[in-house]
Amino acid sequence: MFIIKHKTFFFILSGLLTAVALLSVAVYRPWNFGVEFTGGTILEVGFPEGRPDIEELKQTLAALGWHGTVVQETGTDGALIRTKSLSEPEREQLISAVSQEGRVHLEERRFNSIGPTIGSELRSKALWAILCVILAIVLYIAFAFRHVSHPISSWVYGFVAIVALVHDVIIPTGVYIALGHYFMDVQIDVLFVTAILTILGFSVHDTIVVFDRTRENLKLRTWKEFDVTVGHSIEQTFVRSINTSLTVLLVILALYFLGGETTKNFALTLAIGVTIGTYSSIFLASPLLVAIAEWQAKREHKIALAHKRGK
Amino acid sequence: MWRKRFIALVLLLVGAGIGFAVYQGEEHPESIFGGKPFKYGLDIQGGTELVYEADTSKIAAADMRQTMEALRDVIERRVNLFGVSEPVVQTEQANSLSGKPSQRLIVELPGVTDIAQAVSLIGQTPLLEFKIERPDGPEKTAIADAFTKAQVALKQEGLTDQMKQAIIMSDPLLQEDPNFIPTELNGSKLAKASLTFDSRTNEPKVLLTFTDEGRQLFADITKANIGKPVAIYLDGAAISTPTVREAILDGNAEISGDFNVQDAQALVGRLNSGALPVAISLLSTQTVGASLGEKALTSGVKAGVVGVLIVAIFLIFWYRIPGVVATVALAIYIALMLAIFKLIPVTLTGAGIAGFILSIGMAVDANVLIFERMKEELKKGKDIADAMHDGFARAWLSIRDSNISSIISAVILFWFGTSLVKGFALTLGVGVLISMFSAITVTRTFLYAVGTHGNGKVKRFFFGSGLR
Repeated sequence: MFIIKHKTFFFILSGLLTAVALLSVAVYRPWNFGVEFTGGTILEVGFPEGRPDIEELKQTLAALGWHGTVVQETGTDGALIRTKSLSEPEREQLISAVSQEGRVHLEERRFNSIGPTIGSELRSKALWAILCVILAIVLYIAFAFRHVSHPISSWVYGFVAIVALVHDVIIPTGVYIALGHYFMDVQIDVLFVTAILTILGFSVHDTIVVFDRTRENLKLRTWKEFDVTVGHSIEQTFVRSINTSLTVLLVILALYFLGGETTKNFALTLAIGVTIGTYSSIFLASPLLVAIAEWQAKREHKIALAHKRGK
Repeated sequence: MWRKRFIALVLLLVGAGIGFAVYQGEEHPESIFGGKPFKYGLDIQGGTELVYEADTSKIAAADMRQTMEALRDVIERRVNLFGVSEPVVQTEQANSLSGKPSQRLIVELPGVTDIAQAVSLIGQTPLLEFKIERPDGPEKTAIADAFTKAQVALKQEGLTDQMKQAIIMSDPLLQEDPNFIPTELNGSKLAKASLTFDSRTNEPKVLLTFTDEGRQLFADITKANIGKPVAIYLDGAAISTPTVREAILDGNAEISGDFNVQDAQALVGRLNSGALPVAISLLSTQTVGASLGEKALTSGVKAGVVGVLIVAIFLIFWYRIPGVVATVALAIYIALMLAIFKLIPVTLTGAGIAGFILSIGMAVDANVLIFERMKEELKKGKDIADAMHDGFARAWLSIRDSNISSIISAVILFWFGTSLVKGFALTLGVGVLISMFSAITVTRTFLYAVGTHGNGKVKRFFFGSGLR
């Protein structure tokens, strides 16, 4: 019952976290979109016989005069080059510049060149996917909870699940963007979107398990008051919530430390999302149900009073 | 009781068998289990993906599918000719919210990491078109006017390449050919090309033989254009513009240009490996070197194995006997998933492997739900058998609803996603489905098999959970 009693505190905490995350999203612009979304080229090369000086490489590439070219070191013997979207002759020009007309031996590890049309197409696709998932989940929850429409309608469960979901998505996004600004080279790429979509699934999954307990207790009429029912339901599912998140987190941590460079940021985003998702299903979603029920009761009471006075 | 134990034993043996088959198939590809190896995506085995856009502006909507299929067949034949193993050539219609859908051709070339080679391999596919004279009329005048105007504009001094490009793109009429209009006859209706020599001048010529459909079209075109020129376009430029003297019904056409024997022979070779029905332009290129992919795979597998081990240790430590059962169920789940990846087959990408590892976490959740419920029922004073039964029954609803919402997300992701997101969604979705079987049916069978009717303190400890 502790959580329900102090729900205002957790609402304020969640509100603050969300606000800070939104601020980070708004302040640290421009966001670092990956080439998949903006169109552009990413080239990763390895120099098996030793990497040439990066500063020199930067100057060579600057001489090509392409807009927004970035050069970075990767690993012990590699370099990552980002630039505009390239045609085949331009790609050859780039390779020849990096290898100093073939004097430096290099190995082309990865080359991605994405035209601007594909980039914008992908952006709208990602957005549509997220909106569709949200819509489908509200509908499903409203349907799955249709038998418990008292004291709050089953649509409220769906709505609250979405509030928790938005909360769970905004906070990792804010952290990711802030991290990208201060510490490391992170990009909003397809993997990031995949991570966000996974968090979306996990968040709802977790919220539903707690809601399900409330649904069961409401049906059994174990407790008379709604807030007591919700409070006990949280307590009954508490260990399960923590343990499930723990197992998922263990796997994600293994992925982070051992899973290679490509999935590192992906694992980090997931880890933050799963933690926030667990927090919100316990401390935000269910207390929000109680708050809405109380608000409804108050309004009904007022209307009833007004009716009385009117008579 | 013994019946349940027998079923559990069978399940265990089947699971072990599947695991053994998967392992044998990978370690000894020549054994009977080796027929279906894992299929890896380009990001793991290394290779090149090229995305082309087809210029279908001149193609009627009704002919679109046929044209794109012809295009795919031509490119596929060409890629196969060059001995690339298991290439994937597919068409895709990209619907953007604004404007016409664009037709794409996606070519995946496993093992090819030399982009220049890959691009030229496909780029050399000839584009063969037959065009007839544009009839006189307002349209022709308008196009001619646009060209005159553009020529004047381009003559100004101090224009950069970009500005010239902008002038050329400014008027759609400039994209039209003032003298010729396309016909339905193109490279996809070519049966074969061969080299011949002119009987009078001994100049080399290329003889084109059409398919049945092409012959009919060519007959119609020549019939309608007697005394007029019919232009043969190769790669967007007129290569030969003979004037039709009479209707040609035998389905043969000749290209006699200014070429020597070598040029003619090369053209014949190119045409015989397939000629494109429409022009294509390169939209995006992606290459992954084999070394990078291999590293991603080994590290992904390592992460998976370590992750599973940690989860198993946690389960056994916290849930004791049920934890051991859950670990066995998890092992069967993994064996089943790997077998499914081989049999369907699911193309494994880096993101796909991440999805699979994540689904392991979700598979464990179902067991955690069941065991926590069991513990509660035990606390209420029920005996072990009843607690087990009620634990499963009560946990089912929340497992169902939470997994259905995960499946909904996976399906939508698969629907919308690009190849990378698709790989992730597929392994996650299949994983959630299979885990509902393994975590519920398999765990229940095993638990009942080791379950007892007794209710002693020691037994209660082993079937309990937590720290005490």
